[in-house]
Amino acid sequence: MSAAEQTLERGDAVPLSLRGPAPTRVVAGYGFWLFLLSDIIIFAALFAAYAVLSGETAGGPTAADLFDKRHVLIETACLLASSVTCGFGSLAVQGGNRNSTYFWMAITFILGVTFLSLEVSEFSHMLGIGAGPSRSAFLSAFFTLVGTHGLHVTMGLCWLIVMLLQVATLGFQPMVSRRFFCFALFWHALDIVWIGVFTIVYLGAHL
Amino acid sequence: MHAASPDRMSAEVTPYRSTSAKWLRAILVTSSVALMTSCSEGVLDPHGPVGKAERVILYDATAIMLAVIIPVIVLTLVFAWWFRARNSQARHRPDWEYSGRIEMIIWSIPALIILFLGGIAWTGSHDLDPPAPLADAAAPLDIEVISLDWRWLFIYPHEGIASLNRLVVPAGVPLRFRLTSTTVMNSFFVPQLGSQIYTMPNMVTRLNLEADQPGTFEGLSAQFSGDGFSDMRFDLVSTEAQAFKDWVNTAKTQGGVLDASTFEELTKPAKAEGTQTYGQVSEGLFDRVSSRSMAAVSPQRGQ
Amino acid sequence: MFGRLSWAAIPFDQPVVMIASGTVGFIIFCVLALVTVKGWWPYLWREWITSVDHKRIGVMYIGLALLMLVRGFSDAMLMRSQLALAAGHAQGYLPPEHYDQIFSAHGTIMIFFVAMPFVIGLMNFVLPLQLGVRDVAFPVLNSIGLWLSAAGVLLVNVSLVVGEFARTGWLAYPPLSEVAYSPGVGVDYYLWSLQISGLGTLLSGINLTTTILKLRAPGMGYRQMPIFCWTALASNLLIVAAFPILTATFAMLLLDRYAGFHFFTNELGGNPMMYVNLIWCWGHPEVYILVLPAFGVFSEVVATFSGKPLFGRRSMVMATMGICVLSFMVWLHHFFTMGAGADVNAFFGIATMLIAVPTGVKIFNWLFTFYGGRIRFTTPVYWAVGFMVTFVIGGMTGVLLAIPPADFVLHNSLFLIAHFHNVIIGGVVFGVMAGITYWFPKAFGFTLNERLGKSVFWCWFFGFYLAFMPLYVLGLMGATRRMQHYSNTHWQPLMLVALAGAVLILLGIALTVVQIAVSIRHRELNRDVTGDPWNGRTLEWSTPSPPPAWNFSHLPQVDRPDVFWAMKQRRGTAQGRGVNRTNETIHVPRNNPTGFFLAFFAVLLGFSLIWRIWWGAGLGLLGVLVVCLMQAWRTDGEIEVPAEKLAAYEQLHGLKEGAV
Repeated sequence: MSAAEQTLERGDAVPLSLRGPAPTRVVAGYGFWLFLLSDIIIFAALFAAYAVLSGETAGGPTAADLFDKRHVLIETACLLASSVTCGFGSLAVQGGNRNSTYFWMAITFILGVTFLSLEVSEFSHMLGIGAGPSRSAFLSAFFTLVGTHGLHVTMGLCWLIVMLLQVATLGFQPMVSRRFFCFALFWHALDIVWIGVFTIVYLGAHL
Repeated sequence: MHAASPDRMSAEVTPYRSTSAKWLRAILVTSSVALMTSCSEGVLDPHGPVGKAERVILYDATAIMLAVIIPVIVLTLVFAWWFRARNSQARHRPDWEYSGRIEMIIWSIPALIILFLGGIAWTGSHDLDPPAPLADAAAPLDIEVISLDWRWLFIYPHEGIASLNRLVVPAGVPLRFRLTSTTVMNSFFVPQLGSQIYTMPNMVTRLNLEADQPGTFEGLSAQFSGDGFSDMRFDLVSTEAQAFKDWVNTAKTQGGVLDASTFEELTKPAKAEGTQTYGQVSEGLFDRVSSRSMAAVSPQRGQ
Repeated sequence: MFGRLSWAAIPFDQPVVMIASGTVGFIIFCVLALVTVKGWWPYLWREWITSVDHKRIGVMYIGLALLMLVRGFSDAMLMRSQLALAAGHAQGYLPPEHYDQIFSAHGTIMIFFVAMPFVIGLMNFVLPLQLGVRDVAFPVLNSIGLWLSAAGVLLVNVSLVVGEFARTGWLAYPPLSEVAYSPGVGVDYYLWSLQISGLGTLLSGINLTTTILKLRAPGMGYRQMPIFCWTALASNLLIVAAFPILTATFAMLLLDRYAGFHFFTNELGGNPMMYVNLIWCWGHPEVYILVLPAFGVFSEVVATFSGKPLFGRRSMVMATMGICVLSFMVWLHHFFTMGAGADVNAFFGIATMLIAVPTGVKIFNWLFTFYGGRIRFTTPVYWAVGFMVTFVIGGMTGVLLAIPPADFVLHNSLFLIAHFHNVIIGGVVFGVMAGITYWFPKAFGFTLNERLGKSVFWCWFFGFYLAFMPLYVLGLMGATRRMQHYSNTHWQPLMLVALAGAVLILLGIALTVVQIAVSIRHRELNRDVTGDPWNGRTLEWSTPSPPPAWNFSHLPQVDRPDVFWAMKQRRGTAQGRGVNRTNETIHVPRNNPTGFFLAFFAVLLGFSLIWRIWWGAGLGLLGVLVVCLMQAWRTDGEIEVPAEKLAAYEQLHGLKEGAV
């Protein structure tokens, strides 16, 4: 008698690991999680580089000189709020509610764009005063770490547009729902990375 | 047993054995000759306390490991041979796949070896840490080393002289090196004296070596640094105390001037050619080179 | 208009390069012409290029690796012959500017484009079959991974004839790899081809990890999973964890080179030592990514041909996962001489040695699998025994190098070169050769010629010893690596012996080609009609050779390790007659050109970035976007295989109705 049959006899549920191939929804989500973990390792390497180089200002502007706490607070609020609205949007997708999906995801998009434009304005200000990435190793690390996060946010927003188009054209078929699930994971993960950035880069500057 | 064509079934290993014995002998002879040659130069022929201590570690660690490796190799060949399919004399235990006692032994053997070698690694790392001063009563000689593209500059700060591509030192005196690089990473290495250490721009690494007796020893860079790397060699010449003093005096009187402009000439990429001494060295040159300010100034290659 | 690209990029004045590229170009032209004339393009496109079948993709990975083995080995022959000549005042025939590119290309190609594809190809082919499922978790992603690797291969090889390759060694340490000291396109070729293929590898790692953890036959828990699947799991977890570090580090170097950033520059605060740390944080797990699946192959081969289960299965699994974890904690042993201090050096030295413990346990377990068995000396067993003897020597020299003061006199010497070739050839190459020979009949339906297979083994075995034992001696004599010439004429005889060894290995590679050709010609004689030519123990041997696209009509019910062996024991008994299961309609993934087209645009993107042709890069990116969008809207991803077709297939192959 197989292990699976034995446990069935006992009346316990068959352990997940013995039930055969997992359903597509689980497989897709799991694979995407692994991708997210690998992405977080990229960020880990960038955080490490930032930690090593944060003091290398080469006589140029330092973190304390450059970072505006209020600006960063608004950025953070936008991003965290967008995670909440993304959550509501996910519920709408699960419920198959088209209008609700459009509504909540549109707000997510707007909050994301706001975050990005605030970040772009911070970057262009820094470039304007000669505090660009080629000024010092510290600034190279800063622009790369924060900029990579911003690039991920940009790609997420493009993905969101594609997803909304997919809902419009294909409806809520399983493939589309799976992808929305992955998008939501991505968006929330970016939030978590931002909390790391916010803490280590911006708050760390003022310690 | 599932159907399989004859040429795939157990090819008897008998022919392999007699030819293999001949091969084995040939290999043993060649390798002993090679080993004996290697014992008369390089790392296994050290001429200083650091190299000698490192050789002891090499021999001891190898011997400890061979005590396990050789039986393992022999056992592999013996088991493979003895348990061949055609050998009906061998025990046949088709379901034997676990033995607690054997498990314990096979985890313990490597663990014990590693415990021992780990101890050697710990004490050896501390005793032979490159910046650690040598246990020698004599006063050390300070030497500053700058690796260039693709030459070596040796500055004697207290004697006020410098030498290009030739490192003259007194025998029996501990040498206290401070090292840096102008452009890319190199590695200062005199195999017959012992440890090497990287040279890196904007950084100072430290090394302590000593030459027991007079002699000439080859030095090189052990970290690839570009097209002129293979020529980036120097001689370490250790001499008697008096001969060293004479050499210093000759350098002082007959050597050139090493100031900012001659140094800048030296930093231009050029393959090593010949040696040169300098009787006048600009004060604090090494410190300037090894600190941040110098790096922005060094000329770049390919331009 | 074309960035930095001009006719000057082609080295018309270098006859060796022009002849080599001309020959290769001619061969490629002939192959393409042959395919066109014979009308094979529709078949190739349908059955191979757009295939998302893991078996096809596995075979293509291995084909790619074999091709690149020839390229990487040519570089090796050039190096060996140069060093055999360039003693004393002689300068050999390869000036430093070329020699430096050759050894950089040799290392880069062998690690990234030979060893990795070999190992990934084997895992791709075998895993779903051993796990008792129909395909990997993400078949389209699988194809994308393969073609991105091919894109990297193309870029590296183009550098031979258009421009130059990196002259920095295979890991491109700064400051040497910065624009200041490597102003040409060489390092850019290196970086972009590895970023592109690295992405492919990462996708593969995610794919195979998900497959092993989420797609197994019913009843196959972790304790019932074949040992090759365990080593593949460890290897793919390492890929997912380590390759992002490579991506990030190369991205930083690219930003330094393209945008004037200062991560690793000499001025304005850059830190080259940080690169060394980051790159080896990837680099050390990388070698375990390569060797762990090889260990898995040997576990399968030793057990099967001894006719016994693997000895100490559970401790093998624990040893594998232990190696997996430990491999992340030893990276500093690659630069003991960079001056980290005694405490740090000693810690990493001891951590490195700790890995020898589980590795040693594995060797003993294989030894005791032999014990009490009835060993059939097929070609894979030759490779296995050759591995056990050779790898332990390499492991010994590795533990020796792990003692910091020993490393202080051996770092970067030919002793180091001998050590890592010892473990990579003795471990990875021997493992891959064993795996290819072992699973070849499953893939193609006939076995490889045994006699030629054994000759190939002996060439590699003796060739390796001849080529690398002298290098151990030379390293002890003070010879360093990456020398283009040397003044000490004592060293020349040893260099000549090494050259002879290389020639012997070359013979082995040539014989491999002959072996494949002869085996194809005699395939009817060596037909594998039963699907189980070796009396195997695991599920892949329960399928016909080659298996159908769907692998299994019914997923097998598993209840123990070596389940196929148990099934065979039960056959002919009441239990063995099994349940008559009727076939149901199944779905298999449809062919998909996404991988191929993504790779096409990746090559365009990479080449344009290398030569600063910004509009070309834009076009490449746009192409990538369009292909992705087209894939996003693809809704017909699967085709049906109706029950009648399954039944007809089973009848044709003499399988019982409802059989595995």
